[in-house]
Amino acid sequence: MSITTFVLRRLASGLLLLLALSLLVFALLDASPGSPLQSLLGTRPATPELVAELRARHHLDEPFALQYLHWLSDAVRLDFGRSISVQAGTPVVDMVYGRAALSAELAAYCLLLVLLLGVPLGLIAGIRHGRTADRSISLLATVGFGAPVYALSVVLLYVFGVALGWFPVYGAGEGFADRVTHLTLPAVALTTVLSAVVVRQTRAATVTVLRQDYLTFARLRGLSPARVLIHYVLRNCAPPVVTSAGMLLIAPLSAGIFIEQVFSLPGMGSLLLTAVAAEDLPVVQGTALLLGALVVLVNLLVDLLGFLLDPRVRLHAAGEH
Amino acid sequence: MTYDAQTRRTRPDREADGTGRTSGIGGADGALLSVRRLHVYARPDRAHGPRTLVRDVGFDLAPGRTLGVVGESGSGKTLTARAVTGVLDDGLRAEGQVLFDGIELLGRPERELRPLRGGRLAMVLQDPFTALNPLLTVRAQLRESLAPGTRRDRVLASAEISRRLREVGLDPDTVAGRYPFQLSGGMRQRVAIAAALARDPELLIADEPTTALDATTQAEVLALLRRLQADRGMALLLITHDLRVAFSVCDRVLVMYAGSVLEDAPAAALARSPRHPYSLGLMLAEPPVSHFVDRLVSLPGQVPAADGVADTCAFADRCEWRREVCTTTRPGLTPLPEERASACVRIPEIDDELRTRLLGRVRKVPPARRRPARPLAAPGEAPRTTSTRDSARHAESTHRTPPGPPSGRTTGLYGHDLVPTTPGTPPVTPDGAPFLTVEGLGKTYGRSGTYGRMSSFAGPTRSSRSVRLKGTTTEPMALRDVSFELREGESLGVVGESGSGKTTLARCLLGLTRPTTGTIRLGGVDVSDYRKLRRKEHREARRLVQMVFQDPYSSLNPRLSIGTTLGEAVTAGPDPAQRPAELLERVGLPASYARKQPGELSGGERQRVAIARALAVRPRLLVCDEPVAALDVSVQAQILQLLREVRAGYGTSLIVITHDLSVVRQLTDRALVLHGGEIVESGETAALLDSPRHPHTQRLIASIPGGN
Repeated sequence: MSITTFVLRRLASGLLLLLALSLLVFALLDASPGSPLQSLLGTRPATPELVAELRARHHLDEPFALQYLHWLSDAVRLDFGRSISVQAGTPVVDMVYGRAALSAELAAYCLLLVLLLGVPLGLIAGIRHGRTADRSISLLATVGFGAPVYALSVVLLYVFGVALGWFPVYGAGEGFADRVTHLTLPAVALTTVLSAVVVRQTRAATVTVLRQDYLTFARLRGLSPARVLIHYVLRNCAPPVVTSAGMLLIAPLSAGIFIEQVFSLPGMGSLLLTAVAAEDLPVVQGTALLLGALVVLVNLLVDLLGFLLDPRVRLHAAGEH
Repeated sequence: MTYDAQTRRTRPDREADGTGRTSGIGGADGALLSVRRLHVYARPDRAHGPRTLVRDVGFDLAPGRTLGVVGESGSGKTLTARAVTGVLDDGLRAEGQVLFDGIELLGRPERELRPLRGGRLAMVLQDPFTALNPLLTVRAQLRESLAPGTRRDRVLASAEISRRLREVGLDPDTVAGRYPFQLSGGMRQRVAIAAALARDPELLIADEPTTALDATTQAEVLALLRRLQADRGMALLLITHDLRVAFSVCDRVLVMYAGSVLEDAPAAALARSPRHPYSLGLMLAEPPVSHFVDRLVSLPGQVPAADGVADTCAFADRCEWRREVCTTTRPGLTPLPEERASACVRIPEIDDELRTRLLGRVRKVPPARRRPARPLAAPGEAPRTTSTRDSARHAESTHRTPPGPPSGRTTGLYGHDLVPTTPGTPPVTPDGAPFLTVEGLGKTYGRSGTYGRMSSFAGPTRSSRSVRLKGTTTEPMALRDVSFELREGESLGVVGESGSGKTTLARCLLGLTRPTTGTIRLGGVDVSDYRKLRRKEHREARRLVQMVFQDPYSSLNPRLSIGTTLGEAVTAGPDPAQRPAELLERVGLPASYARKQPGELSGGERQRVAIARALAVRPRLLVCDEPVAALDVSVQAQILQLLREVRAGYGTSLIVITHDLSVVRQLTDRALVLHGGEIVESGETAALLDSPRHPHTQRLIASIPGGN
């Protein structure tokens, strides 16, 4: 199977998943308490003009299936309607735009830190299996994994932001350098939790790989330590670690909800939270669907990486047809 | 035969040692590899204190010579090899002296060992399924193994890779671009050998290089090793559990047991006359393939831990020649004439007896007791009990003298044509109506089925033969038009190599997989598709057929005591009141074993329990899938004997699936040979093995090591 077919097949199944999600998201309108019209009106006065406009816009007089189709065809063009209460009248896409960028930056920052920190620490722990280095790293990972991210954020904020004053405590900053300093503390907080997962995964994978006969055989052939580390240890560790790293890209969004609150960052998480609290249905629908699309996309990337990394997956997939 | 190192060895050298427990004989002059007083210790952990796993091993290997290290599992042979090459697992520590061309290897850091590895000494591991990096192509793994000068020049490297692959009998055009998982076990082992030899080392250590392979592949790989060794004048240290393999390849053989060397001798001399009871026991225990013997000889008991025999002869517990003197101190290797040494202190007294035992193992037996089948004690009465060590020894020693009439000359056990060995009389094939009828059986596996997908992700385990089947995807047809009949009480051998369809056949018979075509009739019921059976028939069919699996280590639930396992099995049978103790007695185990966990049992004992569990429902057909392949030589005969007794005592029919022709010879009346899913030959076992017609059968027989 060529890589194109593989991508197309995964893409198709991802789209199917999104379709199901969109149906659920859309059904929120009917499922929320009160009539759909009341939900859409929110706290605004029900003037005849507004009611008429909402009826027309949301095709409220038509059956559910048709309403959904209209909504879907708009959603495909990234038109999720306008905000009701959070930023009344602003198109949802415009609200999401800036916030999504910030969240993406935070996620990228995290991923970078996790890769620079988690993977090497996991490797060291795996190679020094059972010794002091391994025990210390594993202990740290357990603590990091167990620490509630909001508590950790508050501690970091207090120590490095308030007490030491090294990092800003509030907002997202302007320009690249400023943005980096503003995002450092949130990224560190997130990284602590996420690294713990990566450390464990990498350590387990390393321990397994180091026990394999092929590693002994590589040593017995006198291969250089660098070659053994890169082509034997790292490559064979990569597939399980990449799978877990997929989760990392998604986690800044869920765990990010807390982080964004603590550090007052205007990201996707806080938008979703505010929209839910304000019962701003179009915003909730828009953000939920976009986050869903992101999850699907990340999974696709992970599969693709696995496909490239492991010839067994690649050639086995080829045998299926 | 001259043996360079040994002709140069000096007696004073061993006197200088002065301990009387010298390891190895002779000095190290001219030796490429010289090992002295090698010990391997395990560091203390939670479960154990410090343990000795290998005790006082020594040997010399001259350039261009071949030394075999033979022993059963737990003998320390692999640890010895790993200690020499410096790849012991964490938690193990080696002491002593290992000189490679005058360089001390023990205690040398990895950094200093690396220049020697690959270039001057190399090692091939046992399991070709796990020895290669799954993510690199054959080409990449060969290239990285080449000397730096060759490796870095693209054109030169590519030519060299092709040459190396051709040297091990592989076609570079088809193999070089493949990944290991796309190759069969034999091909992988050839690639591993090519990689190990890529820099033309002076010494190759091969750790059971053929154990994981099929019989014919095994013979090919051994022949390859022999040829490469001769062509290059390379020294070869061959580790094996199979004396026949060692005799067919090596100049000299070291017999190890429980971490110690018990005998050290030139291969031919050892084959002619073993000078240690254990060596003799190993030779006699191997079920002969050339003829049927009435009573299979086996060594009683099991291999002890090296630590338990620190101050006694390691073999004393299982030795019928044991005297007080054997257990008072640990005997060292004592030099004997003919460049050999033995650790048996009683050798001067019993030497003649050992030789007689090997040569005239049949002759000294009272003649003419022709019995078709040896009846077994009635159920509930123990066939033999091993509840006390003495009674066990007594029972076993009666096995040592197999009854049977003397007759004409045949080929001896080790290919010497000097022994008038007498074939026993195989049991008479029972007449009667067929009890199992298989007609036109065919099975096709879908290529994208869950089975295939699972198997390819099952990883490169030793038993994952299905990986090979799937990986090469050349055999979508697992079985094709297989027909045979089995009468009540009959024993049928199904011979085949991996991929021949023999496991698929077993799965069909047990209703674990549905045949694509054909029918299976069992006791008058069509059981081709278990799902179509009515509930009662289903239960009945399951009760009629039981299975004994190859690996007794994974076929018993490790969390359940033996008694619970057996008690559970009994409830499905016709006699739920049966007690586990009765079942245990039936397979020759004391009733007290019911309280034990599988982990406390040896491989042979577990296999007995597995057989007892199968017998719990009083099956009429027992399907045995390689019943002794996972067991040590010294216990194989015990299990074969037990299966014979089961058959004779209860009239149970047997289907024995195996690649091992000696098992077929000893256990079956008729046999069929499967190849590529088809029966290529079938007939009476004796006729099939003595005068095979089909080229494939002939090839199978020709590949027996040491055979003619």
